[in-house]
Amino acid sequence: MSLAALDKVPSLLSACRRHSDQVFLTARFHRPQEGTVTSYTNILDIDHLNREVGGVRIVDDVTVAIRAGSVLVVVGPSGAGKSSFLRLLNRLDEPTGGTVRLAGRDYKEIPPPELRRRVGMVTQTAFLFPGTIADNLRFGPLQQGIELAAEPIEALLSQVGLGGRAGEGVAHLSGGEAQRVSLARALATKPAVLLLDEPTSALDAKAKDEVERLILTVVRRNDLTCVMVSHDLAQAARVADQVMVMNKGKLTKIGTVSEVINAEGMVR
Amino acid sequence: MLKEWFANQLLLGCAQAAVTTLVALAVMLLARVREIHLERETVVALVRGIVQITAIGSILVALLRGPSWTSVFLLAAMIAAAAKMSSDRSKGLPGSFQVSLCAIASGAGSVIALMTWAGVIDTRITSLVPIGSMLIANAMNTNSLVMNRFRSEVESHVGLIETGLALGADSRQTVTPYVEVSVQSSLIPAIDSLRSLGIVWIPGLMAGMLLSGARPIYAAIYQFVTISMIFSSSGLTALICSLLIRGSVFSPAEQLVLRPPQIAVPNVRSGA
Repeated sequence: MSLAALDKVPSLLSACRRHSDQVFLTARFHRPQEGTVTSYTNILDIDHLNREVGGVRIVDDVTVAIRAGSVLVVVGPSGAGKSSFLRLLNRLDEPTGGTVRLAGRDYKEIPPPELRRRVGMVTQTAFLFPGTIADNLRFGPLQQGIELAAEPIEALLSQVGLGGRAGEGVAHLSGGEAQRVSLARALATKPAVLLLDEPTSALDAKAKDEVERLILTVVRRNDLTCVMVSHDLAQAARVADQVMVMNKGKLTKIGTVSEVINAEGMVR
Repeated sequence: MLKEWFANQLLLGCAQAAVTTLVALAVMLLARVREIHLERETVVALVRGIVQITAIGSILVALLRGPSWTSVFLLAAMIAAAAKMSSDRSKGLPGSFQVSLCAIASGAGSVIALMTWAGVIDTRITSLVPIGSMLIANAMNTNSLVMNRFRSEVESHVGLIETGLALGADSRQTVTPYVEVSVQSSLIPAIDSLRSLGIVWIPGLMAGMLLSGARPIYAAIYQFVTISMIFSSSGLTALICSLLIRGSVFSPAEQLVLRPPQIAVPNVRSGA
């Protein structure tokens, strides 16, 4: 559902909310580190983050704290700066001002390759390297000098529903399968935070549902913190612990699903 | 036919230049028909070519009578000009002039120095400058080919490169496959020249040596020597360029700074 169809949101949300709350509670139940200090500290502190391109602020003074183990969904109209914001979090782009602290440490002090291993990313289109599925999963760990053995590869693939297909070439995978490989590949570097840039928007309806469920399961099972960009409010309601609304580069609203999506005038 | 019309050598040369220019312009118009626009670049290149070579030809006589040491300055000026032209070909690639200057100076310069020291190239200015200029010109072409191909490869694979970066790869490693392709493709002309020597083409240097009375076998061997030197200097230039260029497309924070240009969408009028 796009932002243009927001009239239908209240009725849709009443149906989604129960499911969302269930997912939230289930997630807390399965979280192995429940109750420890780290479960409730902020893993990402985003502090007055800006990015200016050609004199235009595409991300404008965004300040937000993201709790470890939570799922933050960033919504907003096209051109709101959602993806630009996400690319600043693993420093694929350089902020013009402000910074991000990863577990309390300014991310500019962390070497970019190390930062990006700890803050994994799955993009809208799954860009797979030529070769087999296993080759793709080995890529990230190899950068740290770790040769991923067959067993962990199989375990990762089983998580994303592609068990037994490690040796298969990537050339003929469907969009949904490619996105699953992309997710498993991001998990192979054992990130603490996972950035998802509209991971289901390029998929058909069936694959979209499957990948969305899979992402949610994987994120909860691995106790990951997740920042996901979506233009789909119904999806945000299904997966988010917190929803952040962006417009013209600015953060305009943040809160729980019910706080944000029920707020009057939120997306007008 | 032209020789019958023009007894004066200078006039004959002008007429020959006019005929070849007309053929080049015809090719340009043919490309225009196919909506490939080369007009400005072709005209500028033709005008520059004739002006430059005539000017150099006029002063070359004076320069070639100078002492041998002046050839160093001549070759250095040629390298700087080659770097400028090569970098102009690769607009949008950060630091392209510096990369070109280092690559051509090291690639062509080291081969010229080594071969002169070894006695393969005569130290007389009349030998050193023409042969050196051949090596520099070919190194320039190779350098332009590497940079152009590398730029288009990077622009076409932004998604894969950034995926590699996002997985914690070293930035230089993410462009390694594109560097390899660029170097290989840039050396195709030099390798083909070496392979087809004597079969597909007999280069001007050998023809000139034969006409000036050199022994045919020595002329042939020296032609091979020249083409081998061209291959060596081009190969070295390509390798140095590839080493320097891979870092130039990333920021210090290992972010890809080269982006594909926005392709203009043709203006389509809706039907009435």
